[in-house]
Amino acid sequence: MKSLSELEEIRKRTLESVNLRKDRSGTRVVVGMGTCGIAAGARPVLLSFIEEIKKRNLQDVTVTQTGCIGVCRYEPMVEIYRPGEEKVTYVKMTPEKVKRVVAEHIVNGRSVTEFTIGAVEK
Amino acid sequence: MEDLSLYILDIVQNSINASASLIEIHVQEDIENNKLILSIIDNGKGMAPQTVGKATDPFYTTRTTRKVGLGLSLLDAAAKASGGGVTVSSELGAGTGVRAEFEYNNIDRPPLGKIDDTITVLVACNPSIDFIYTHTTPKGSFTFDTREVRQKIGDLPIDYPDVINWIGGYIREGLNVICGGGSV
Repeated sequence: MKSLSELEEIRKRTLESVNLRKDRSGTRVVVGMGTCGIAAGARPVLLSFIEEIKKRNLQDVTVTQTGCIGVCRYEPMVEIYRPGEEKVTYVKMTPEKVKRVVAEHIVNGRSVTEFTIGAVEK
Repeated sequence: MEDLSLYILDIVQNSINASASLIEIHVQEDIENNKLILSIIDNGKGMAPQTVGKATDPFYTTRTTRKVGLGLSLLDAAAKASGGGVTVSSELGAGTGVRAEFEYNNIDRPPLGKIDDTITVLVACNPSIDFIYTHTTPKGSFTFDTREVRQKIGDLPIDYPDVINWIGGYIREGLNVICGGGSV
């Protein structure tokens, strides 16, 4: 049975092993969580980002949410901001697509063009 | 929306937009009276009395980008379809409460769904907001409170991946005890 005291262990373990970033200047993942995004499946997409980031132990990535982005038919939508680069908007996301976006875009720096809004609007 | 946990996720967005710093989510399985009651209570900026009356109207919204507001109206429709309803109470400057009642055994009542995922996502994406989640069944009750988590983790951020992962597991375990492993 899990108890709150396990959190103290997590705290101790983490503070000993990693230098926590305070500035949050790294990559930002923003998931659209309006009514449209939630109904289209934004929650599993967001959880999938959290899981991949934990699995790969990426220290410099934050996942956050926003309201309706304005093109509800393309939900679930995700915007990725990397310092010094233009924002990339991914559309009709799924947990499967998230794995590729994390590996190719967030880790290796190459956006997955076929999942972007530019690719579907052609 | 497929299940009630998604409605909850959606309704809480209203509290976040209302600048709440503390959001309570209560799930009550009152099987004796054949009721499932959801309440979401925040300490956000609240609404004026004339706004409260229009809150469940899909053609009323305060947003300026679009003329419809579907969150509360969808919840209201789902509650009414399963023999219940939604009541909204609010006070300007003090906060808002949304209470949705469903007939527990109504065939049209959506299942509760992955409420653990809803709470996890809310905490992960809103590290500056405190959440209290309580769930009561005939077998007992479970409480999760981010303020208790913060006390234990000290200067470790609450959205740190290991903490978020722990929160998901903690809620799942707690619910297993009071729900007996069955799905609501």
